[in-house]
Amino acid sequence: MTHFVNLTLNGLASGAAYAALALSLVIIYQATRLVNFAQPALALISVYTAYTVTQLTGSYWIGFAAALSAGLVAGALVERVIIRPIARTSELNAVIVTLGLLLVVQGAVGMVWGNEQHALGYAFSYVGRFSPADAFALASVAAVAGLLFALYRFTPLGLRMRAAAFHPEAARLSGVRVGLMLTVGWGVAAFIGALAGMLAGPPFISPNAFDAVFVFGITAAVVGGLDSPFGALLGGMLMGLAMSYVSGYVGPEVATLAALAVVVLVLSVRPDGILSRPTARKV
Amino acid sequence: MTSPTRERAERAPAPVPTTPTTPADRWRALPSPLRHLLLAVLALTGVCGLVLVTGDLAALRFAAVGYTLLALAGLQLLVGGSGQISLGHGAFLMIGAYGMALLVLHQPMLPLAANLAIVVAVSAVAGVAVGTATARLHGPYLAGATLILAVGLPGLAHRYHEVLGGSNGLNIRAAGAPPFLEGIVSTSDWRALVVWTTVLLALTVLATISSGRLGRRMRAVRDDETAAAMAGVPVGSTKVAAFVIASTAGGLAGGLQAYVLGTVTPGSFTLALSLSLLAALVLGGIGGMWGALWAALALVYFEVWAADLAGALDLGRDVENNLPVVFFGVVLILVLRFWPLGIQGLVQRLLERRGSSASAPTP
Repeated sequence: MTHFVNLTLNGLASGAAYAALALSLVIIYQATRLVNFAQPALALISVYTAYTVTQLTGSYWIGFAAALSAGLVAGALVERVIIRPIARTSELNAVIVTLGLLLVVQGAVGMVWGNEQHALGYAFSYVGRFSPADAFALASVAAVAGLLFALYRFTPLGLRMRAAAFHPEAARLSGVRVGLMLTVGWGVAAFIGALAGMLAGPPFISPNAFDAVFVFGITAAVVGGLDSPFGALLGGMLMGLAMSYVSGYVGPEVATLAALAVVVLVLSVRPDGILSRPTARKV
Repeated sequence: MTSPTRERAERAPAPVPTTPTTPADRWRALPSPLRHLLLAVLALTGVCGLVLVTGDLAALRFAAVGYTLLALAGLQLLVGGSGQISLGHGAFLMIGAYGMALLVLHQPMLPLAANLAIVVAVSAVAGVAVGTATARLHGPYLAGATLILAVGLPGLAHRYHEVLGGSNGLNIRAAGAPPFLEGIVSTSDWRALVVWTTVLLALTVLATISSGRLGRRMRAVRDDETAAAMAGVPVGSTKVAAFVIASTAGGLAGGLQAYVLGTVTPGSFTLALSLSLLAALVLGGIGGMWGALWAALALVYFEVWAADLAGALDLGRDVENNLPVVFFGVVLILVLRFWPLGIQGLVQRLLERRGSSASAPTP
């Protein structure tokens, strides 16, 4: 029973990171109809920035802030420089470009920092059952989700962003700078992705550190519904719990394959995820 | 990813039953399996010559080009032919490679041909399993699911380390050249020849499928799923068939890789492998089988050149190991941005220009 409770608490904490990653995928999917396979790359840039800054200054929190700002800037830059010229041509090409970006960043990080593991600290003590670090993970993701909700719901910027995503032409006619909104969306998404990286990265980071985390994140986003931020949060927490149980009772090596089973099962019942409304399609 | 089917259909003249006169007409009048087989025999003769002339190291690289070409040709049929993105092609290479290694270790008496046939069967079954499970997924969902497969499958090698050898993998000693050829061909030469014979046979099958009815159906599904369904194409089973063919080709390629290298480790079937395969294919040209050849050459020889370059410039291991990956990523982005049809697109444009300038003077 203790084992079960421990696994549940662990699952909630790691679920927070998956939820954040899923949220960042959903924000970009809502804005550009594109699954951003480069999200682990953006998180990688952020986390290695945090590593370097923490090494230089000796302060975890300066590194943390640097990671989040690096994510914001990298996301906006990627949208402007790489995604926008190609997203116009075809959906398939846009997906492939994000994969190319993933290869480049993983390779470049390996070149600069080496393929071996580096130690990255936690924000708080990680000792014990439901440690302060776990509580911080849950609290920070909840705070970011709340802020995001407020941004979308109550601010003029959020309204413009929603308009640009909902109907770009109409939004443009009403004076919304749609391109700028896309860039902001990518920046916000990468910011949240950087947070996910800072939560999921420790204790060790390496160029491939986020492959598995990304698998759980994308599973969470797909299961919750690529179109629904609340679905992403729910999916993230469910994935955290499910993967914690699978790792604890079966073995951590099969967790990724269990994620594949979850994706296939959920999508064969609800092809667009749990929290999505079926859309009418004109043929 | 263009959709050349429609243009080609419009451009193609109505089939007029004429008696073949020129050699080109006679060549086109042959049934397509025979035509592809003849081309394969021609290619095999060329490869034989190359292998016998060059040394052992070059023969090993030819073998690497061979099995990479097979894996890429399968992926080309899937991505370029049916329009489904698979990020898990490396997983099927892994299934084939481990299947081969286990067969050699536990059934040492079986001949190589039987091993390869079993590997083909096993990877076809795996393809059916994954293909039917993911048949309802499309676009980004399929890419996501296959990505999970690519990341997750190597974990099995650690999970069942008594059988699969954990992170050290399995080492096998496959048979070398038969006794009567000793002294004429070395073991590496023999392996390169075995690989290329198998690969060219498999490519003949792939090319025949691609130019036949199934290939046409795949392209119809790729261009417009709804229109294809209304024209009576069974969309679901066509997609699954494409997936199974691709994974079988991948599995066979993996089996050949294990046979040549004599070692399989989970570390060589990472997500980066699957992504590099896709990137190389886009570089080579995703529209046709020839693109897979340029892609295979690029994959094998760029790794060699990266090692040489890093050695010459004294760049260190970290840079050397990551150079091919970064190169393919950059190339992928640049090719899609400026040159979406890849190397084969350029070759085709050159050929067409030559063809049109040659035919222009004739009235």
